Amino acid sequence: MGALEASVDRASLFEFALRMGDNTLILGHRVSEWCGHSPVLEEDIALANTALDLIGQTQMWLGLGGEIEGKGRTADSLAYLRDAAAFRNLLLVERPNGDFGQTLMRQFLFDAWHLDMLKALERSADSRVAEIAAKAGREVAYHLERSSDLVIRLGDGTDESHRRMQAALDDLWPYTGEMFLADAVDAAMAEAGIAPDPASLKPHWQAVIGEVMGEATLTVPDSGYSHKGGKRGVHTEHLGYILADLQFLQRAYPGAKW
Amino acid sequence: MSAVRTLPAIEEVWSWLAEVPDPEIPVISLVDLGIIRDVAYEGETLVVTVTPTYSGCPATSIINLDIEQALRDHGVEALRLERRISPPWTTDWISAEGREKLRAYGIAPPIDGTAADGRLIQRARRLAGAADLSIACPRCGSTRTERVSQFGSTPCKASYRCAECLEPFDYFKCI
Repeated sequence: MGALEASVDRASLFEFALRMGDNTLILGHRVSEWCGHSPVLEEDIALANTALDLIGQTQMWLGLGGEIEGKGRTADSLAYLRDAAAFRNLLLVERPNGDFGQTLMRQFLFDAWHLDMLKALERSADSRVAEIAAKAGREVAYHLERSSDLVIRLGDGTDESHRRMQAALDDLWPYTGEMFLADAVDAAMAEAGIAPDPASLKPHWQAVIGEVMGEATLTVPDSGYSHKGGKRGVHTEHLGYILADLQFLQRAYPGAKW
Repeated sequence: MSAVRTLPAIEEVWSWLAEVPDPEIPVISLVDLGIIRDVAYEGETLVVTVTPTYSGCPATSIINLDIEQALRDHGVEALRLERRISPPWTTDWISAEGREKLRAYGIAPPIDGTAADGRLIQRARRLAGAADLSIACPRCGSTRTERVSQFGSTPCKASYRCAECLEPFDYFKCI
C-alpha cells in the first residue's frame, strides 16, 4: 500500500511536517524539564508520560519531514542539528514553564488546538500524514482530558490557585492567535487537502476554551493581539536556551550514540 | 551438495513469538499484547511487522531486539522487522488470555470502549449520565476503586486505588 502523495510542492509539505514535529519536540522538551520537580509524584509521572508521547510523535513527524525532503536527514538530525531560525514551532510551546499552573495552562491551550488539528489531519489527502495523526490523536485525547480537568480544578480551587491560573491565562493568551493564522504554506496545504485551513479550527477551539474557563471560573481575555513568527523561524529568546540544552551532546560529540 | 534448508512454518513462528514476553509487563507476551501485526515471507526473508503501543514508548526498541534475539535463537537467519503505525494499536487487541494474565499479575485489564475521546470529562459524564466506570480491584475484586491519575508507571497504564482493601494498583487504560 503506497502513500498517496497529494499534488503539492515538496518544500511546503516539508515545512508543514516541521511545524507539526517542532511543536511536539519543543513542548515535549519543555514538559520534560519538570521531571523530578513536580509538586506530587502522580503529576511528575503524568508530565513525564505526556512529554514521552510528544517526543514519540516528534519522531514520526520529523521522520516524515526527512523522507519528504529527500536529502538524507533523519528525525534525529533534524532535531539535533538545526539552529533556532530553522525551527517552525509556535511561540506558545517555547514559553518558559513558569509555575505548575502556567505549565498546565500552556498545555491545555495547546492540547485543545492539537486534538482538533489531528482529527482534521486524519482526513488528510496524504496517507502518511493521516496515519501519524490517527496514532497521535489517541494519545493527545488523554493529554486534553488531563489538562482540562486540572485547569478546572485549579481555576475553581483556592484563592491562590485561582489567582495563578488567571495570571497564566492572561500571560499566555497573546501567544494563542498564531495557531489560527495562515500563511502561504498553510494555504498550499489546505488547497491540496493535506491539512485544514488553520482559521477553520478557531470556532471549536474557542468553544472548548470558553467552556473550560467557565467551569474554572476564569476570565478569557478580550485582547485579540497575537505574537507571531514561530512558524516562519522568528523565535523568542527562549528557544536558543532550549536548543542549547537539547542539542548540546550532539553538538559537542557529533554522532555520539549509546 | 548444498544442504536443503526448510523455512519454519508461519504458525511455528507465531508460536515462538507467543513466548516472547513484553519487557515491561513480562507476564504477557508480545502476541497477547496484540502488537505483532503480521508474519510473512518475502522470498526467504521472514518479515515480522510490529506496531508500537504508544508512539514514545521506550520499550519499542527493546521489543524489536527481543523479537530478533528469539527468532535468531530458533535459527531464523534472514529476518526483517517492519514498523507499521496504521491502523493504530488499540487495547481492544489484547487477547482474552492476556487480560486474564494481567489481572492475575495485579494489573486491572482494560475495559473496551472507554478510551479518552477528547471530550471534556465533566461534559462527557453529563452526556453519559454516569459516574466513573467501575474498575475492579485486581486484588480483592471490589469495584469501590478510585482513579489517582490517568497516567502511570508506563505510558499504557493509569494509577488507581482500591477503597476496600486500600491497595494501589495499575489499570491498563484503553486507547
